[in-house]
Amino acid sequence: MAYTEEELKKELETKEYEYGFYTDIESDTFPAGLNEEIVIAISKRKEEPEWMTLWRLESFKIWKEMVEPEWPNVKYEKPDFQAISYYSAPNSKPKYDSLDEVDPELLDTFNRLGISLDEQKKLAGVAVDIVMDSVSVATTFKKTLAEKGIIFCSISEAIREHPELVKKYIGSVVPQKDNFYAALNSAVFSDGSFCYIPKGVRCPMELSTYFRINQAGTGQFERTLVIADEDSYVSYLEGCTAPSRDENQLHAAVVELIALDGAEIKYSTVQNWFPGNKEGKGGVYNFVTKRGICEKNAKISWTQVETGSAVTWKYPSCILKGDNSIGEFYSVAVTNNHQQADTGTKMIHLGKNTKSTIISKGISAGKSQNSYRGLVQVSSRAENARNFSQCDSLLMGNDCGAHAFPYIEVKNKSAMIEHEATTSKIGEDQIFYCNQRGIDTEKAIALIVNGFSKEVLNKLPMEFAVEAQKLLEISLEGSVG
Amino acid sequence: MLKIKNLHANIDGKEILNGIDLTVNAGEVHAIMGPNGSGKSTLASVIAGKEDFEVTEGEITMDNESIIEDSPEERAHKGIFLSFQYPVEIPGVSVTNFIKTSINESRKAQGLEEMGAKDMLKLLREKSELLGIDRKFLSRSLNEGFSGGEKKRNEIFQMAMLEPKLAILDETDSGLDIDALRVVANGVNTLKTKDNAVILITHYQRLLEYIVPDYVHVLHNGKIVKSGTKELALELEEKGYDWLKPESVV
Repeated sequence: MAYTEEELKKELETKEYEYGFYTDIESDTFPAGLNEEIVIAISKRKEEPEWMTLWRLESFKIWKEMVEPEWPNVKYEKPDFQAISYYSAPNSKPKYDSLDEVDPELLDTFNRLGISLDEQKKLAGVAVDIVMDSVSVATTFKKTLAEKGIIFCSISEAIREHPELVKKYIGSVVPQKDNFYAALNSAVFSDGSFCYIPKGVRCPMELSTYFRINQAGTGQFERTLVIADEDSYVSYLEGCTAPSRDENQLHAAVVELIALDGAEIKYSTVQNWFPGNKEGKGGVYNFVTKRGICEKNAKISWTQVETGSAVTWKYPSCILKGDNSIGEFYSVAVTNNHQQADTGTKMIHLGKNTKSTIISKGISAGKSQNSYRGLVQVSSRAENARNFSQCDSLLMGNDCGAHAFPYIEVKNKSAMIEHEATTSKIGEDQIFYCNQRGIDTEKAIALIVNGFSKEVLNKLPMEFAVEAQKLLEISLEGSVG
Repeated sequence: MLKIKNLHANIDGKEILNGIDLTVNAGEVHAIMGPNGSGKSTLASVIAGKEDFEVTEGEITMDNESIIEDSPEERAHKGIFLSFQYPVEIPGVSVTNFIKTSINESRKAQGLEEMGAKDMLKLLREKSELLGIDRKFLSRSLNEGFSGGEKKRNEIFQMAMLEPKLAILDETDSGLDIDALRVVANGVNTLKTKDNAVILITHYQRLLEYIVPDYVHVLHNGKIVKSGTKELALELEEKGYDWLKPESVV
């Protein structure tokens, strides 16, 4: 790959981000730009069947007619979609039987990220399906899972190996025309994860995927599909880090969850995309569509700790279609420096006796803007729907902002909706109080922030909760006094 | 233990402390009294190292070492404890977790290992029994939804756990009914030894019926205008503060 002087200079300037290094792996990158040929080429490169190619083309057609949404409470320079390269895959052999075959430089990257596959396997009982750029390079624990009939693989593999499942469910929760970014993703998604839990099976381990953006200027368009068959259970973890880049990187993922009768899906995210430097330059645009559907007696629980990205636009939602189904959303969103986040959830109550809980904790520091946007909708058929929402904001300093846009639409009289909201500020008095008890300022902030976020952190699986706590501390370092 | 010499301090350019001299030895209880705005709470804050105040002149030493340049947490590590007039709330952080963090941060500063969970539990049990504190109290969020009495009792509980050399109680009696006051005072009396010292900051003589001071100082316009023994407090109760104001003294 040829570098211009300019690119090289930029490269050297952006070394601040801890995970901001760049792995020099031979890459096979498409030229920038988006048209039907590119869409077809992506599909071809991934050896997809014709129905998939057609689905992508249909999505592309829809996308071309759509405009980028303007309603979020964020300001950014609109990406030039013709300047992005839509496919980049590590050039090494795409599939491996063991880790020994994996490009050592790639493994080194993972080690620097603190992801030791072996340790993860042994200590945490986590099967890791790592997505580096666009192609899955290592899948572990497949055998253990296979014994239970659980399928956990890349979406590309699923399209080839389990077309009946993919065909039935892809786009069933997030249709192609759902929104601008979902349509774009549907046309050009590069890779992502697929998970199927058979009837009555309790997945014995936390399933986990790490995502990374690697090539300069390649947008990542991940597609995740999780299907929990009747009376099954799965806990899914998603964690992200990204290397720093001077130009903005677009990340437009789509996650679809399907919880059939009596099934439960717990989906946890720790998101730490590069947020840009202190002046707000660079950083990832994270425009994600996440949604799940609950059939009868099913439950979907979203837990997220969001600390990264320059701009975040994200509303993990639940469609409570089946009677007695339950939706939950637990979120901590941290913004610092010039970060902007517009995030929240939608709880759509369609079935009878459906319940939803929303706990949103926003922490703003520096010059950042943090918005909660949530919709609770109760349809006319949803007898006895219940919702409890709590939105708390914590401000650090005088230059940041916290905003809340709660929407409630109720068409059934039996519904009971509760909404609570608070805004507080980390005060010098709190800090001094801690100081006086021998606790230094940095530790004091960590204590206060963790206390504020406790209800959400408690929902994360153990190992993840510790990581998330550290991440909160790192994200807010030096933001007071 | 604590020596204050000619201490001057101001906030936003306004002088609040105007040359304080005070010596507190181990085993002593000092009461600092004075009308509103005389600088009592400021004195407590300045000893604790609150950065809003600028020390323009004078010296504070603890065990013959200057602490003027020390941060509030360093002073805490050296054994200075301030019981706040208005303790702050920290939602989501339990009383236990807060005290644990506090103890371990101090231990870390002294090069000691963290206190083990077993020892910590034992200490918590011991001290909560000593002060008649319900164990359920320990799992509540720090000061959140506490009544005035609970907040003050929590301050004294922290003091019991941290075992400071010098405890400064800033208006600990304000907002307490007589029962709560008795509980708090009992706590302080129980914790008193010949090796530690207490500074009581109070507006009223009432507290001094329960915690008997060795010395009483009257503060006015940022200066100690009169010092004496506990009888001085009774005199103040009777006559008020006016007779001590410099203009009346002259």
